[in-house]
Amino acid sequence: MKPGQFAYHAPQTVQEAVAMLAEVASQEGRVLAGGQSLVPAMALRLALPAHLVDINGVAELGRLAAEAGELAIGACVRHARFERPVVDGPLGRLLSNVVRHIAHYPIRTRGTFCGSLANADPASEWCLVAATLGATMVAKSVRGTRTIAATDFFQGMMATALEPDELLVEARLPIFSPNTRFGFYEFNRRAGDFAIVMALAVYRIEHGVIVDPRVGVGGVEGHPRRIAAAEQALAGRAPASEVFRAAADAAAKTIQPIDSKPELAGYKHEVTRTAVRRALEAAEKS
Amino acid sequence: MSDNKTDVILKVNGKEYAIRVEPRRTLADALRDQCGLTGTNSGCEHGVCGSCTVIVDGDPVRSCLMFAVQVQGRQIRTIEGLADGDKLHPLQRAFIEHHGLQCGFCTPGFLMLAASVLEREPDINDEDLVEVLSSNLCRCTGYQNIIKAVRAAAAEMRAR
Repeated sequence: MKPGQFAYHAPQTVQEAVAMLAEVASQEGRVLAGGQSLVPAMALRLALPAHLVDINGVAELGRLAAEAGELAIGACVRHARFERPVVDGPLGRLLSNVVRHIAHYPIRTRGTFCGSLANADPASEWCLVAATLGATMVAKSVRGTRTIAATDFFQGMMATALEPDELLVEARLPIFSPNTRFGFYEFNRRAGDFAIVMALAVYRIEHGVIVDPRVGVGGVEGHPRRIAAAEQALAGRAPASEVFRAAADAAAKTIQPIDSKPELAGYKHEVTRTAVRRALEAAEKS
Repeated sequence: MSDNKTDVILKVNGKEYAIRVEPRRTLADALRDQCGLTGTNSGCEHGVCGSCTVIVDGDPVRSCLMFAVQVQGRQIRTIEGLADGDKLHPLQRAFIEHHGLQCGFCTPGFLMLAASVLEREPDINDEDLVEVLSSNLCRCTGYQNIIKAVRAAAAEMRAR
């Protein structure tokens, strides 16, 4: 249970970090942020990086700012920052609500928002949030800076659009209007465990009907994503339990669980139905 | 990479330890093997059990998930620094009084976790306290006595 050998690099600026990454990316170089997924993988020798580029000393990556209608979350912003709302309104409350489901407190003091996105575990709560809200990811390398939409960023289980020499410097979440409602529901067996299934629902109610619904499901497929069929079942309808049930049924029908055992896949369809319904109900009450 | 070692100064419980370690050496192992502070226990060594919990700059962390080279210059607190000389910390006394331990392996981790949380949030509500204590594993007590002990210590610390 001891990590393999690696060379350690501790850049102080983003420029130094991407220069270092450019140098070591082709030689099994990896970025070390919070380390709460990478270091266990190294202890188990599932990950054997030859170089670690530790970005914890890069002060500018600790930036967390609301600007131009977006919440910009720097690469070193830790989960625990979100335990109290970081912005007024529903987005801050949503993030505070979701963060309590991420592992345990001593993990949340180290692990980072952007690290979770770059790791892209299918059961990552922040990946579900990013996919459902339509986050934008900002990636930097010596070759330049590019922004990547959530729909392009998540590519499969632990797979993202990031190139090996790219550093995810920031994620940007849209700050939604004050009348936006949200509901999050996660099912697992013990507090702090990985989600078996989770669902996030976000919508507004205008003139008595649901507007701009977003329904995301995670823990089921290779990566969390929005479920268009569920959203179509909601848009333009008055919120009611039968409408929520129809959307939940649509989500359960649409998903394709990655579990290799067919009995587990069937189970996930059922839990998805319940999780989506409960997220929609929670949103109505929010 | 025959000699891949780096000089690091660890500040633990107010004292400086000049050590020389490979980058792959975890904080937990460095505390135990290089600093001789064996009160911090290594259990699962991959962040699940919490027995290696220490406090770094006020935050409880899994010391098996940090490398010693990352902690240079930071304030580290371990179980060895919890008592005030011969006078036990209220949490330590409460664990004895409420039978919050049996074999004692998980105890240093629980004490450092609880100490950091009660220092930060003395008026923590019971629901949040139980949620925080779910972070660490204990195979002896069934948790109820640990929760009782931390509640009692929290009340005592608030009364002061």
